[in-house]
Amino acid sequence: MDRSAARDVIVTLVVSVLLIAVMPMLIGTYTLTVLVIYGMLGLSLGLIWGFGGILCFGQAAFFGLGAYVYAIAAVNIGESTLPMILAVLLTAGFAALLGAMMFYGRLTDVYLGVITLVVTLILYKFINSTAGPQYVIGNARLGGFNGIPGFQTLNVPGDPGAYIWGDALFYVCAVALVIVYLLVTWLLRSSFGRIAIGIRENETRMSLIGYDVAARKTVLFAAGAGIAGLAGALFANWAEIVTPNLFSLGQSAEIIIWCIVGGLGTRLGPIVGAAGLAYLKFLLGQQSMIDNTLIMGLVLVVFVLFLPRGLVPAIGSLWQVSVGRRVRRRPARRMRRVRNG
Amino acid sequence: MAETVLETSGLTMRFGGVVASDNVNLKLKHRELRCLIGPNGAGKSTFFKCVTGLLTPSEGHVFMRGQEVTGWMPHQVASLGVGIKTQTPNVMDALSVHENIWLAARRFFDPAEARARTGDVIDRLSLGHIARTDLGQLAHGERQRVELGLVIVTDPWLVLLDEPAAGMSAEDVDRMTGIIHDITRSASVVIVEHDMQFIRSIAETVTVFHQGAVLMEDHVDRVMTDETVRRVYLGKKA
Repeated sequence: MDRSAARDVIVTLVVSVLLIAVMPMLIGTYTLTVLVIYGMLGLSLGLIWGFGGILCFGQAAFFGLGAYVYAIAAVNIGESTLPMILAVLLTAGFAALLGAMMFYGRLTDVYLGVITLVVTLILYKFINSTAGPQYVIGNARLGGFNGIPGFQTLNVPGDPGAYIWGDALFYVCAVALVIVYLLVTWLLRSSFGRIAIGIRENETRMSLIGYDVAARKTVLFAAGAGIAGLAGALFANWAEIVTPNLFSLGQSAEIIIWCIVGGLGTRLGPIVGAAGLAYLKFLLGQQSMIDNTLIMGLVLVVFVLFLPRGLVPAIGSLWQVSVGRRVRRRPARRMRRVRNG
Repeated sequence: MAETVLETSGLTMRFGGVVASDNVNLKLKHRELRCLIGPNGAGKSTFFKCVTGLLTPSEGHVFMRGQEVTGWMPHQVASLGVGIKTQTPNVMDALSVHENIWLAARRFFDPAEARARTGDVIDRLSLGHIARTDLGQLAHGERQRVELGLVIVTDPWLVLLDEPAAGMSAEDVDRMTGIIHDITRSASVVIVEHDMQFIRSIAETVTVFHQGAVLMEDHVDRVMTDETVRRVYLGKKA
């Protein structure tokens, strides 16, 4: 590992430990848990959109799919470890199939957005229409608009009776987010990640260099979906019920807004955007004076107009300017000290 | 007898009722440098795109080192060891010169070898002073040179260049001429070009395109003095 990568890992770990220790003193762990889960969901889109140039309007489909796969598997298996793994793998597999069809079919830009949006709508409609008793997978009834309640929630691996809930669930989710963040960091630092950025910048050129652009976009798309699937499975554990609303268009649109507000092309931006806006929505939900969708829309407009690069890049630029000034001032101060003896 | 590295037979490309490339037969030998010339709309770039896989020809065949590659995707053609430079600089604007060339090298070599080759090409093309600069901030000529770096860093055996001297200063064109002569020491080169002075300085055999078909194929000096070519290409009266 080179020095900058090691520094990156150390900074990530130190900041994460501090946040995990401090944040529960400010916000209840029940709310924090869902903010962390949304952060992971934001990161999943941030990875494929910000670094692969794939604008997916259907990230909620993978989130919902992960939640449903977990719930169905948990009902049938009666413990949580294998369902968690299945939620990630099946979601990634579904995305790989969908991605291969889109990317080898040379679909780009708006067509890709439309296809992913339509897939989300199909899943939403389908799950909503599964209220009848014939819609059963093993012991799990899909339940239509009522969803699936009462499945086995997260437990200590190998001990289905030892439930992980409350504060413990928050710590598990937070550690999972840190691990996913570090994995994304590693992926982006690897040749694969740098090639993905090259594809984002110029697909034709990368193809003319000899890279199979469709294959690499498919893999990246599946990786992003896998992360969304994990977030969905964790959400299912937090909510203890899964409903078709997980596939809703509103959810899909929110994830895109999180990435824009937080800062596209950064790893931290989508997490900050997701957690920040989800918390804002939570606070707005406690009042009835102004409709909270109006506020969310206003936030998006303000960011698009005044901070188009997003919050994290803007803070980063401010930091660089202030540190740069200090670095430039230092030699001058040294010179003054020398002159003044 | 020198090996044929590129061959097209009956290559035809239609866009609706328009025949952009009409029954083009072309053979290129090992280490041969061939210039494709012709007025605007003559079908040079369409032919170039059919060979590189950017377009799938309506009819005909493309062979590279005896292997049929008709209808292959561009990445499959490039993976054979073919270097391709398109008409306008086709680079990654938000990445640095070093990153651009490294990405091309990494396709064929391990990270350490890719790094070493990137350094060599940056030195060879005199790009050291801008190695860490993003492509988006560079002048047209520099971007053209970087794209050529992307092509040569993999040591291709066939190099296809579409208007490599377009928009370059005289100094850059001289430098480009030297680089192309270097490439022909080990590779065959096809160049689509408009700049007649540049063509005279590098080419021996020239293929003239007119209305999608091959009008003439001969030594550059004879092509330049041919009355038919002068009429259709240079606009001179016979």
